[in-house]
Amino acid sequence: MVFVKRLVLDVLKPHQPNALEFSRVIAEVGADYRVRLTVLEVDEKTETLQITVEASAIDFDAVQSAVTSMGGSLHSIDEVEVQNETDSG
Amino acid sequence: MAVGLLSHIRFLLSVTQSNLILRRYFVVNGFDGALTMMGLILGFLVSKPADLEVIINVCLGAAIALGMSGISSAYISESAERRHALGKLEGAMISDLQESTHGQAARLAPLLVALVNGLAPLVFSLLILVPLWLTSLGVMLPLPPLYGAILVALVLVFFLGVFLGRIADISWLRSGLQTLLVAVVTAALIYLFTGH
Repeated sequence: MVFVKRLVLDVLKPHQPNALEFSRVIAEVGADYRVRLTVLEVDEKTETLQITVEASAIDFDAVQSAVTSMGGSLHSIDEVEVQNETDSG
Repeated sequence: MAVGLLSHIRFLLSVTQSNLILRRYFVVNGFDGALTMMGLILGFLVSKPADLEVIINVCLGAAIALGMSGISSAYISESAERRHALGKLEGAMISDLQESTHGQAARLAPLLVALVNGLAPLVFSLLILVPLWLTSLGVMLPLPPLYGAILVALVLVFFLGVFLGRIADISWLRSGLQTLLVAVVTAALIYLFTGH
């Protein structure tokens, strides 16, 4: 089975919730989720972010849902790391 | 579950920054309620003695009207403000935010602000009326009921000042005395303009 191990997302979000709350909600999607959030640009009402999510098996739909539930908008998936963990034996 | 709900409400309030508005409305309208009740009771004190039931009914009527006015005016104005802010944010995000935390907060914040805005003057007014109710129930108080009510009003106004002092991180005593001074000036004006 192929698992998504790492995602780098380009996200636009309103100023609130702040970066800490935003990344915390994404990390709550899974028990071993690790989130790194970098603010790339700040406008009058919005912020452009680069969000890196790492986990043993990332549920992309759940991550996207967490982003949109906080008013964020996913612009692009900039990097992906997947791994095939099918048991060859 | 209740803790989770409370923390979600706190989160939604922080998204719209309504927690600060709630605190402001609580103080402003609590002060409004306390001074209005004090004014009414002082009016009764300088007038011909009236039946205690009449005084209670007049004050209760005013308290309910203050509460309803606070709820309705805050809900209407806050809903309009939140809708406007959400619309501007949706424009900036170029997306529909109705189902997001911003949409939820825009619907919840006016309700909470309205409740605080209406309940603060109502609860403060009801507390001030307690000595009048106790006397009407036959409870003996160390002070005449109208003076007791004024004392409660002054204590509440002082504690609102203390609360403000703690928010501003300044001397609670100085802040409490400042609000108390406003109440005393109000009482002096009432005495002045009612001819006593």
